[in-house]
Amino acid sequence: MYTSHTQADKEAMLKVIGLEKIEDLFQCLPEEGKFPQLNLPDGITEMEALDELQYISSVNETTQELVSFLGAGAYNHYIPSAVDSILRRGEFYTAYTPYQPEIAQGTLQAIFEYQSLIAALTGMDVANASHYDGATAVAEAANMAYHNFRGRKTRLVLSPSLHPHYRETTHTYMDGMNLEIVGEDLDPESKPDDLIPLIDDNTALVQVQYPDFLGRIFDLTKLAEAAHQKKALFAVHINPIALGLLKSPSEYDADIVTGEGQPLGIPLSYGGPYLGLFATKDQYVRKMAGRLAGETVDTRGQRGYVLTLNTREQHIRRENATSNICTNQGLIALASTVYLSLLGKGGLQELALLNYNKAHYAAEKISSVPGFSVNPIQPFFNEFVLSCPVPAAEVNDFLLSQDILGGYDLGLTYPDMKHDLLVAVTEMISRSEIDYLAAVLEEEYHD
Amino acid sequence: MKIPADLKYTDNDEWVRVEGDVAVMGITDYAQDQLSDIVFVEIVAFEGDELEQGETCAIVESVKAAADVYMPVSGEIVGINEALADTPELINEDPYGGAWLIKIKMSNPDELDDLMDGDGYKNMERDH
Repeated sequence: MYTSHTQADKEAMLKVIGLEKIEDLFQCLPEEGKFPQLNLPDGITEMEALDELQYISSVNETTQELVSFLGAGAYNHYIPSAVDSILRRGEFYTAYTPYQPEIAQGTLQAIFEYQSLIAALTGMDVANASHYDGATAVAEAANMAYHNFRGRKTRLVLSPSLHPHYRETTHTYMDGMNLEIVGEDLDPESKPDDLIPLIDDNTALVQVQYPDFLGRIFDLTKLAEAAHQKKALFAVHINPIALGLLKSPSEYDADIVTGEGQPLGIPLSYGGPYLGLFATKDQYVRKMAGRLAGETVDTRGQRGYVLTLNTREQHIRRENATSNICTNQGLIALASTVYLSLLGKGGLQELALLNYNKAHYAAEKISSVPGFSVNPIQPFFNEFVLSCPVPAAEVNDFLLSQDILGGYDLGLTYPDMKHDLLVAVTEMISRSEIDYLAAVLEEEYHD
Repeated sequence: MKIPADLKYTDNDEWVRVEGDVAVMGITDYAQDQLSDIVFVEIVAFEGDELEQGETCAIVESVKAAADVYMPVSGEIVGINEALADTPELINEDPYGGAWLIKIKMSNPDELDDLMDGDGYKNMERDH
């Protein structure tokens, strides 16, 4: 057993702070709160416990039983069975960081291949071994930009249509750095170019989402130019599936590309664990957070893999490191690697097109229902804003009664958009399910 | 280990060569030897910056460690050795010559008195 403190250690520490026993530390707690009566039921057998838990879980409604049009950052895609069977192989089944290359070649090679795939997908020079999720990847971009300018540029320009949770995470990460975060208060339906007037010489980072939180696609050329003109870094948060169809962010000269990797073969599972994609240009590699696997040769000239550029990291660089966080999502990154390998380049393009076509069919179909409309000229990928005749929350309640998980009620994020529903359509939705959605809406909301 | 007699030294293994009111500085032969192969140098100040004695002005990274380099004297940065960005190994090869890091226009030359001469540096007690 590991004993962190011996009795003698404890006595010595208590003496320093002038107390006699450990319990004295907790004097401020009310007596009744210290050892409350828990009134637990009698113990039950494993069989009874399993029965109870299965009953509880059966009350859940999931995307297995419902037709789901909910996205807003997490998407219901098909996951080929091979993903899980490779993932669960004993050789891979550890989330632990592979410090020792002599016993971790397989894991290191998988990370290297993951990085190579993400770099190819985003068009960037280098990708790290991943972050926890899209939100933390976004926040690390802010961190990197701040450190890149050695704390001398203190303004972040964040698009109001960057996922609200990601922006919140950036605020949390950067709290205490005395940064000025602007842009979020703009009209949520403003365009990327509306951010340009906010970019000044003190701006470290300009960050947008592509497609944005409202599903929209914009040309980012002008915004990137404006950011670079003021010597700010330009960061783009992507949906990896969309890149099967869209111009890659590197073509807009993005300095940092982040992404939520969940669509790449990761189950929804109530919001995590997900996967934070992070890629950048060569020139910024030493400012990048996270781990990095590299390919090398051993003393006999044979190919091998190691963690590389470790001196960026906080265990060596201490307070000068870009970030304290070196953890990657080892297993989840592996799942996305298997997923991307199974699809291949052509498969990813087909999948993206399928999503695009289904979403556009749905938008057309639903906007033909009186009272409902979709902006007819705004380009989008697999998600769009549906304006409803009644509050979106009411539409969702009704749809649930029809075994449909509606979209995301945008009023939850943007108070002026209470009648707007963010609707996602992936390859998992069939044409007849889209027709069913349109039919039940027409039935319920006709005059 | 080379310790040129005409230079001044800090206890953090920086050297200084005084040229009029300008102090040229770098890291010592001992420092490069301890760090081993240098792979990256980052000057963390810009020309025109005024830094105080003891403030971090550069980070030198080797295959096994990263070390902070501190201002040996206060003053304005008037020169940065741009060559080190592409050839950091110069620090291993020529620590007192081609591998100078920055030039400082001294704001308080009296601070030079805080530094050691070659003999003082050679005989300095190290805690490791």
